[in-house]
Amino acid sequence: MRMKFYTLVSILISAAITLPSVGAQGRGDAIVIRNARIFTVTKGVIENGSIVITGGKITAVGASVSAPGGARVIDARGLSVYPGMIDSGTTIGLTEVGQGAPGTVDTSEIGDNNANIHVDIAVNPESSHIGVTRVNGTTTALTMPRGGLIAGQSALINLDGWTWAEMTLKARAAMHINWPGGLGGGFEFGGGQQRAGAELRREQDRRIEELKKILRDAIAYGNAKDARARDASLPRMETDLRLEALVPVARGQMSAVIHAQVERDIKKVIAFADEMKLKIIISGAVEGWRVADQLKAKNIPVIIGPVNRMPNREDDGYDAVYTNAAMLHKAGVKFAFQTMGSAEARDLPYQAGESAAFGLPKEEALKAVTIYPAEIFGVADQIGSIEVGKLANLIITDGDPLEIRTQIKHLIIRGRDVPLTSRHTELYDKYKSRP
Amino acid sequence: MKKMKAITSIAVTLALSVSALGQSGQSAASSETLIKNATILTASHGTIKNGSILIRNGKIAAVGVDVKATDPNARVIDATGKYVTPGIIDCHSHTASTGSINEGSMSVTAMVRIQDIVEPEHPNIYRQLAGGLTTVNVLHGSANAIGGQNAVLKLKRGKPVNEWFVADAPPGIKFALGENPKRSNFQPQPGQQRRYPATRMGVEEVIREAFIQAKEYMAEWQEYEKKKGTDSKAIPPRRDLKLDALAEILQGKRLIHAHCYRSDEILMLLTLGDELGFKIKTLQHVLEGYKVAKEIAAHKAGASTFADSWSYKMEAFDAIPYNMAVMASRGVVVTINSDSDERARRLYLEAPKAMKYGGVSEEEALKMITLNAAIQLGIDHRTGSIDVGKDADLVIFSQHPFSVYTVPEMTFIEGEVYFDRKADLEGREALKREKEALIKAERGQTGPGQKKDDRPDPNLRPKESPKDQEDINR
Repeated sequence: MRMKFYTLVSILISAAITLPSVGAQGRGDAIVIRNARIFTVTKGVIENGSIVITGGKITAVGASVSAPGGARVIDARGLSVYPGMIDSGTTIGLTEVGQGAPGTVDTSEIGDNNANIHVDIAVNPESSHIGVTRVNGTTTALTMPRGGLIAGQSALINLDGWTWAEMTLKARAAMHINWPGGLGGGFEFGGGQQRAGAELRREQDRRIEELKKILRDAIAYGNAKDARARDASLPRMETDLRLEALVPVARGQMSAVIHAQVERDIKKVIAFADEMKLKIIISGAVEGWRVADQLKAKNIPVIIGPVNRMPNREDDGYDAVYTNAAMLHKAGVKFAFQTMGSAEARDLPYQAGESAAFGLPKEEALKAVTIYPAEIFGVADQIGSIEVGKLANLIITDGDPLEIRTQIKHLIIRGRDVPLTSRHTELYDKYKSRP
Repeated sequence: MKKMKAITSIAVTLALSVSALGQSGQSAASSETLIKNATILTASHGTIKNGSILIRNGKIAAVGVDVKATDPNARVIDATGKYVTPGIIDCHSHTASTGSINEGSMSVTAMVRIQDIVEPEHPNIYRQLAGGLTTVNVLHGSANAIGGQNAVLKLKRGKPVNEWFVADAPPGIKFALGENPKRSNFQPQPGQQRRYPATRMGVEEVIREAFIQAKEYMAEWQEYEKKKGTDSKAIPPRRDLKLDALAEILQGKRLIHAHCYRSDEILMLLTLGDELGFKIKTLQHVLEGYKVAKEIAAHKAGASTFADSWSYKMEAFDAIPYNMAVMASRGVVVTINSDSDERARRLYLEAPKAMKYGGVSEEEALKMITLNAAIQLGIDHRTGSIDVGKDADLVIFSQHPFSVYTVPEMTFIEGEVYFDRKADLEGREALKREKEALIKAERGQTGPGQKKDDRPDPNLRPKESPKDQEDINR
């Protein structure tokens, strides 16, 4: 009897414990968020509104909405709702431990031309970095390959899902090219290399010519293939996966993200894109502010970051990296932020916030981690703002999401109210209760 | 001849003109400065709203709501709407040092000294002052189990470097545990042998052996000291600079700052210290400190950690940002350090992470980059908080220092202004013109023997010093 009583109690307790995860229901379940201050990003602020989520999407937003019967209610009184943030350049899902565990790192392939590789299929849905990042408010990330002259194709992933396929919002989001010479897109540690000016420039020009040749080959390959498709009497083409992957890039149909940092390199990239008629996005661009007018003239979007780095030149203003975004904004350049990492990705909002401390309007800082990246990567119909028809990628906070002390209260990805746990909260819970 | 001199002095002038930007070390005409109408975060006794700080002769002479200058000529800074904090202290830095900070050729190099390689000219010094940093603990690298001696500096940019050393800071030394001293992430050069140790077990034995040698050395000296009064032929032991430094540790005169990550190695060092009779002043990085917080507290060791860095290597994989809060809740004196000139200029944005992750109070979070660091370095009698009698090491922020939108506006060390954002911005146009004139002058003087391409390329960032490359040895 006694046994039975305890069993019953423990069943009840475990039921209570599992309840919240029952709350983390399937994509189809309806949720209504009520009494919230809603920052739609594209359509102003609704002071006391509601959001209805059904089938993983936003189906109603407004001061008064009708919710389907049986919808779970999240009372957000005193809280604010924002679109989930988007990190425009990471290696999330491709790397676990940066140094000393190469088996956990899948960022860089061998060889110069890796155009055919695409990262979506290598994203580890169980990576601890995914949970750690999303509980700070980032719901979507561009995860990208890093190795070679042509690094391969990035993917936009939602930071929740049972498989990489479920996580993928846009496979083959962009082709990544590491601009030769100068400063690459490089990570902060051991990033830049300096060689003698003339030698470096000759080598760089040679590599740029290589790159042009590869793209011209891709055009020729594409044209020949099209011709053969029209006329079967032409000789059969041998498939070249690398050139095949580059055809849409060379034809200006797929964006190329070109990683370049300094003034001279960015200028060369602009000329290169002009000559090769490419659709490009410049990533890094620590000296983007020096060429802001030219970027604007060509309407080239820029992915800034990491903001947490030193100015490039000894005599730059001490705040040159912090003011980069404000100056690009002033010139009318479209831009977004990236952390360029994986472990660092949870700090995305603070990098945007630091740029706002140094002249970028706060609303622009928020847009540069929400709607602007969605626009730059061609997914603004799906994410980046709180609008009917978009994916329900939302965060409910107790304040400004760019502020460090702000706490995330709910994290909703594709309509799922994701538990706010991660490897870090689990270790914390375990050790804070050590006797 | 005159022309030649001009050429050679161009580089120097450029560097100097950048220095002028911050009006380093500019003193007020009066010996008094009054900062008034500020929100003062004292780090020791709460927040004073609408308060004032009177600085006299480099010290804090008064702080409170009703503070006035006594000298009618005192410099008065109206800080209405602004916030004042103590100068920020970085308990783990490698700034202002030239060349390598790792004498890693042997496993014990207690004789080498950071003070011999202090480099006061690096542009990062100004950039850190612009982030409110005033005091740094410049440490040897972590390539070996017992590294070299530290230097505690105030960033008195523009002053002779001998004035930078905090004279009454107790001397310290770097220890290192784990992956770096066992060199597991580093390939030996061709023809080079691997250095002992290669395991955490070996690291323990290296430290044990060093202290046993130091004890024997101390005993030899004691014997000699005893003998020399009565025995004129007594021969003094041969002086050993390495063992001298270790002896100072055993005598409690030199503080250990020990680089460590995993809980096992942290516990090993604390246990070894208890066994051999030495104390650990600070555990550096200590990313798994939260797992052995009560043991750290029992040893009375301080902990100096990163706010949220993790997974950059295997031993950092269990790092959690709640580390600061857990250790603080167990009574450990916790600080947040940079180990990087870049991070050092935004430590005021690292501190609020202790609030976000684990709910540390605002004042406790502020202490983690000010007063607690002063305690860990043994200089809290003179800096680290806004208290009467302490050095006037202060920062004025445009907004609350923990807001992401804040900007440090002025940095004071011992009452003198070392960073002034307004002056910086106003000086930029003049600097630009000066640079253009210098470049023009140089171009005009390019001789036939000097190829255009040999000139430094402004598109390239300054050459990274070997110490940047060794950052992975953090």
